[in-house]
Amino acid sequence: MADSNEQSGTPAWQLALAWAFVGIPLTLGVIQTLINSMKLFQ
Amino acid sequence: MSLFSFFDRERTIAKPGFSRWMVPPAALCVHLCIGQAYAFSVFNLPMTKLLGITKSAPNDWTLAELGWIFSLGIFFLGVSSAVFGRWVEEGGPRRAMFTAALCWAGGFFISAFGVSIHNLWIIYLGYGVIGGCGLGIGYISPVSTLIKWFPDRPGMATGMAIMGFGGGAFIASPLSVWLMSIFRTSTHVGVAPTFICMGAIYFFFMIVGSIIVRVPAPGWKPAGYTPPAQATKLITTNDVFVYDALKTPQFWLIWWVLCLNVTAGIGVLGQASAMSQEMFPGKVTVVAAAGFVGLMSLFNMGGRFCWASVSDYIGRKNTYFVFMVLGFVLYCTVPYMGATGSVVGFVLCFLVIISMYGGGFSTVPAYLKDMFGTRYVGAIHGLLLTAWSMAGIFGPVLVNYIRQYNVAHGVPKAQAYNVTMYIMAGLLVIGFICNLLVKAVDRRYHMQPDRDSALGTAGLASGKPARA
Repeated sequence: MADSNEQSGTPAWQLALAWAFVGIPLTLGVIQTLINSMKLFQ
Repeated sequence: MSLFSFFDRERTIAKPGFSRWMVPPAALCVHLCIGQAYAFSVFNLPMTKLLGITKSAPNDWTLAELGWIFSLGIFFLGVSSAVFGRWVEEGGPRRAMFTAALCWAGGFFISAFGVSIHNLWIIYLGYGVIGGCGLGIGYISPVSTLIKWFPDRPGMATGMAIMGFGGGAFIASPLSVWLMSIFRTSTHVGVAPTFICMGAIYFFFMIVGSIIVRVPAPGWKPAGYTPPAQATKLITTNDVFVYDALKTPQFWLIWWVLCLNVTAGIGVLGQASAMSQEMFPGKVTVVAAAGFVGLMSLFNMGGRFCWASVSDYIGRKNTYFVFMVLGFVLYCTVPYMGATGSVVGFVLCFLVIISMYGGGFSTVPAYLKDMFGTRYVGAIHGLLLTAWSMAGIFGPVLVNYIRQYNVAHGVPKAQAYNVTMYIMAGLLVIGFICNLLVKAVDRRYHMQPDRDSALGTAGLASGKPARA
């Protein structure tokens, strides 16, 4: 996944922070939608 | 150094060692925000009670009047992406993302003012026109940047961003409902402060995206990646100028492929709830239908990432062949599922169909890159999005009017959608033929170095691997 020269430039914590910044709200939204979708099977 | 130079393309060129995996989150910062457009309907009902509070007053707006807000937004998405595409491409992603943030957040603030003084025209201007321009500029802003960072997997890269547009509604919908519940009082329904809050949140998110986005340095390529020495049959190593692309049959063939694929999907997406209840009376309740719509949204989002990623392995043209052939089979199967009362079969058919609807959006930037090169792919993509605007009108019209015609002529409601399904299948046959006709772009449309200078683009940091 990572390029050979990437690790020296961008710290892992920055990558994790950037992905968490968009990933957490998206995951919460997906979970909420999934819970609502389960009504189809009730 | 002025503040404005911060937004220059040159200031966004990545230093050695910058991880390209920082760019998809930057793109998602924008797409997750503008994806709110899909969830705008949560405001419709509260906005019909702005004066009456508990129920609509005579001077309150109607749903039909409010429906124009979303329609205007989508219309200006297509217009602005087509008009500003070249500016976005040449000015770089940071300037475009910042502009999109100003327009998008500004649209919310202006709309909040429109709600507070109860003037619908201000909301049309705010969310519809200005916010719509934010939608268009924001939608195309990260596309070419992602393709340049991921020349080895352009489908996956753009699929990630465009997946965000599909996923934005998942965040916006509960957030809007929650904010309105906080701001609601006995004297107002809380829409205006919710707009202000959402505008501020989206502005912050999009600005973060514009700060972390980078373009690759000229000649950069991923470690271990060797650009193809020669163009393959359907993947060019040359570039086509944005307005020259309009002169090629390939652009218009892909325009029709996208338009027909989206028309087939968007019609059923809007009518899924009513369709499932009418085709299976007594079996699918209102609550179950709402769950079905939610599940379709998830497949719409997932399809954007999965199909675009698959296209990196099987090729763009083959991916669209799958959409057209599989879509044809599934649309023809739906009436049979209705006749046999198979709810599971019906749901499965539509989940796959809607995943391909999303996949059509996310695979097309890489298809354009294959045909027209990377330099102006964002701008060409912007022009192509007019196909979306067109499909947005025709898809729902086809489904609604054919159903209405059938019901008026005595066809039982459970069978009223059968003709529509066959028409959708027919549209996909036309799409199949258009896709079949796509060949490599004639070399007379390729950009030449002397022509680049004449167009004033010689200094543009394209960041594409050196040509063989």
